Amino acid sequence: MSRVTRVLSFGAFAATAACGGKSPTHVAVAPEYAVAPIGPREQTADQQVNHALSRLTFGPRPGDVEEVRRMGVDRWIAWQLQPDRIDDSSTETFFSNFEAYHTSASDLQRKYPPPAQLLNRLGGDRSKLSRADSARLQESQQGLRRMTTELESGRVARSTLSERQLQEVMTDFWLNHFTVYIQKNPQERYHIAEYENETIRPNALGKFRTLLEAVAKSPAMLIYLDNALSQADSNRPHLVAVLGARGARGGGRPAQQLPGRGGRGGLQLRLGVTPEMARQQLANRRPAGLNENYGRELLELHTLGVDGGYTQQDVINVARALTGWTVEPPQRGGGGFYFAPAMHDAGEKVVLGQTLKAGRGIEDGEQVLDIVSRHPSTARYISFKLARRFVSDVPPEVLVERAAETFRRTDGDIREVVRTIITSPEFFSRSAYKSKVKSPFEVVVSAMRALGAQPDATPRAAQIVASLGEPIYGHQSPNGWPETGDQWMNTGAILNRINFGTLVAANRLPGASATNWAGAENLWDAPLDKQVDGVIAAFLSGEASPDTRAILMSGENPFLKTAAARDTTDGAAVKKVVPDLDPMMMVPERRPPAPGQRPPGPGQRPPGAGPLAALGFGRLPELKGLPLLVGLAIGSPEFQRR
Amino acid sequence: MHRRYFVKSGAVALVTMGLSPSFLRRTAFGMELPAAQKGKVLICLFQRGAADALNVVVPFGERDYYQMRPNIAIPSPLRGQGSNAALDLDGFFGLHPSLAPLKPLWDRGLLAPIHAVGSPSTTRSHFDAQDYMESGTPDMKGTTDGWLNRYLAANGTCEQCKVTPFRAVAMTPQTPRILEGSSPAVAMNSLQEFAVRSGGDQTARLEALYRTGSADLIHGTGQEMFEAVKMLRAANPQQYQPENGASYPRSQFGQRLQQIGQLIKSDVGLEIAFADIGGWDTHVNQGSVQGQLAQRLDDLAQSIAALTADLGDRMENVVILTMSEFGRMARQNGNGGTDHGHAGAMFVIGGPVHGKKVYGKWPGLSPEQLYEGRDLALTTDFRTVFAEIATKHLGAKKIDPMFPGFTPAGWLGLLG
Repeated sequence: MSRVTRVLSFGAFAATAACGGKSPTHVAVAPEYAVAPIGPREQTADQQVNHALSRLTFGPRPGDVEEVRRMGVDRWIAWQLQPDRIDDSSTETFFSNFEAYHTSASDLQRKYPPPAQLLNRLGGDRSKLSRADSARLQESQQGLRRMTTELESGRVARSTLSERQLQEVMTDFWLNHFTVYIQKNPQERYHIAEYENETIRPNALGKFRTLLEAVAKSPAMLIYLDNALSQADSNRPHLVAVLGARGARGGGRPAQQLPGRGGRGGLQLRLGVTPEMARQQLANRRPAGLNENYGRELLELHTLGVDGGYTQQDVINVARALTGWTVEPPQRGGGGFYFAPAMHDAGEKVVLGQTLKAGRGIEDGEQVLDIVSRHPSTARYISFKLARRFVSDVPPEVLVERAAETFRRTDGDIREVVRTIITSPEFFSRSAYKSKVKSPFEVVVSAMRALGAQPDATPRAAQIVASLGEPIYGHQSPNGWPETGDQWMNTGAILNRINFGTLVAANRLPGASATNWAGAENLWDAPLDKQVDGVIAAFLSGEASPDTRAILMSGENPFLKTAAARDTTDGAAVKKVVPDLDPMMMVPERRPPAPGQRPPGPGQRPPGAGPLAALGFGRLPELKGLPLLVGLAIGSPEFQRR
Repeated sequence: MHRRYFVKSGAVALVTMGLSPSFLRRTAFGMELPAAQKGKVLICLFQRGAADALNVVVPFGERDYYQMRPNIAIPSPLRGQGSNAALDLDGFFGLHPSLAPLKPLWDRGLLAPIHAVGSPSTTRSHFDAQDYMESGTPDMKGTTDGWLNRYLAANGTCEQCKVTPFRAVAMTPQTPRILEGSSPAVAMNSLQEFAVRSGGDQTARLEALYRTGSADLIHGTGQEMFEAVKMLRAANPQQYQPENGASYPRSQFGQRLQQIGQLIKSDVGLEIAFADIGGWDTHVNQGSVQGQLAQRLDDLAQSIAALTADLGDRMENVVILTMSEFGRMARQNGNGGTDHGHAGAMFVIGGPVHGKKVYGKWPGLSPEQLYEGRDLALTTDFRTVFAEIATKHLGAKKIDPMFPGFTPAGWLGLLG
């Protein structure tokens, strides 16, 4: 073991935790954490706290800085690396009535079929529907909308609320690495909740090989990258034909052959599948033959990386090995992963120099996952991407190499690779500090967390993330959202972020209040310099350049006088309370819709207002006092960094 | 004249205020210096969802067409007339009657339909096909940028041209794939929305936050944004009301084309504009001379006709190009609609266009002529059309940066 580790005694830790006054769950942390990293750290103790919170969480909530200080950065990191031991029941409570999270994909599909498909079943003509059918169609459409809202706003909510912040950051990382597109086709959206909650999150800090197989077998990915359609080319031996000749493995039931289109391979008949259904299945499966889409992205984007040393022939052979990895058709009551021997190419294949013997089935694909997940290029590529996410847009080569070494040594244990990265001297270097540009998702969630927001389940939070340029589950191509700042920065993006700050300050971010955040109660009627310091502490990690501070200081607190006046009239012992002032009230202005209420319809928009108006933006009040400072802080260059 | 005035009032005014236009300094951040090419404009319009080319540019001279589409075919102009039949173009092809607003452009030689054009990829996935049409690299998923952006990057500067942040503008909520890449492009929902939404001295203080501090990417881009917003406000594109009796539909698409027209008139240096229009995925009940497809075509044609009328003489420097990811099956399906097909159709419209001719080799519709026995076959690679327009209209010097490894078989002769 090259790392010098120190094992913390349980007693010392429990004492610290107890001083912190945290809930008992925090005490129940295992004693075996390795907490002391190697190498010197360039960042000051305070910077390390800010840095860890800005990279390993979606931004500090009120009180987080103090808590990490109390715990100690290293102990806190070790704690976040063990999400299973962090109590997160309040987050789960929030999602308890999210139907999409508690219903299987096939049930969702049955309950809310794609409207076009349902309409087709109901006769195809909307104008001729009976009242009952019309209601059924409407119910399905509403259900789908609700489900989509749960999937999209649910991501914002969980990232805001979860105590398991590092796990959420890693979930975000893997959902982007293994990106899927909710609008790929009408089926894709039914599988998203399962993909996030069962495929990605539980494996986010687990073994890479396990995660990779979970993804490879997930309907969301099988559909998104077309592997569900991929089958042996007509000139290749089909597994069914091979089995038919030799007697099928296990059952020994000879496979019935059906003529495919144009003399293509047959389809194995199974109980409950009529020849007509089977023929239909074959006819629907077009274009027939090999689809290299997933095979290519598996190598190029998911494992080895584009320069990882594979050939076009490897792509083809990986795709061939994975033929038959598909999704069980709905008419069989399925909707989950299913290996279809009839689609599998049973010929011999060579993948990255290793021979996959002829005549095998699902083992072909599994062996491919073994080969690619243990390939040295994969260790490097995954380590590089993680270092880029956590450390800097151009991560130090020596760090990537060290992380790749951990990857190889631990057989792809993601937790250990991440630990290597986030406890490294490079992570705590001066050059890494505040060097990353936040993604739009991070901008929104970090603002919500800074305000101690309680997200709601309306579509608005997700709509705001989308309007900032990162629609959730909305990246079409398989390379995912950018992980580097240069790609997030353009004139339109900055404009949207500045306007987002104003939107938050005007209390139009659901669940967040620029007037009533934790810490605001002591600032509302404080002198301007106290307000500025409070806002800098909450939104800018307590650090702002002298210029920024001067600009924030250039106004005055219009409420100082009134508060002071009240103080004198009311006598000495005045309890400080946050005035029930909504910035909306300062200038005549429409109030934002209450949570759950429909945003204003097009007719209510002020003339000329665009889609942001539909989000409740509309004409904005002139901000004053603390909300104005909040708006300026969120719109500032510093807030765009983490 | 107007432009010269603008450069003065824009850049010089900023300098006298102690603020220098930071997009002039963009090279400091390693970015391309954007510059418009001598006032030429390309407007790309994407019909998302795969438009049914055979009912848009109707091959009424094909007997198979009517056999395969008993309920949805557009009647031949020889059999019907007015809004009940195709509008005859050349005795073989006709326009869907909803495209009547475009017919005068054909008559004046400003409209060139291209048939049997599209992507050589065999995919019938909307997602993949749109991706390929925008990346310009069929069947290559790894391409991260769009071909229009690669055009911008490879044709960066011209000394006498004006430097502008509005060289490439998409009237869409997010930057479309076709404009993604290293060269700056602005995406906006609407002109109104491209503004700092704050009152009092908040805007000035926000700008000050970006003008102080380190000279990094965020500050630089922020300064550039404030200048772009000012530039747009000074140019005030919304002052331009539709001219020449142009009447834009009130649809989102119509309004976006009106705003593209306003940007062109306000001389902010627009070279590439992009907008898209959905609703073309007509699997069920697509209708014939009336119905779903007809309604989409109404919007498309009225919007384009309004834009060309509004721009008037400016159309001498403007080319409008329509595209859709693929065509639809030659046969109608069991639901009075059409399923995903292969080759499609495009329109090229504008002053520089050699119109009044349907371009592209017609592959025919008999069973053995159809692609995979079901779809209109492809005879023109879409990259040939894109490359010809970029080269002949915009003055692109090389094709390879836009379409790596692609060599057009020859020009169609769409443009001068």
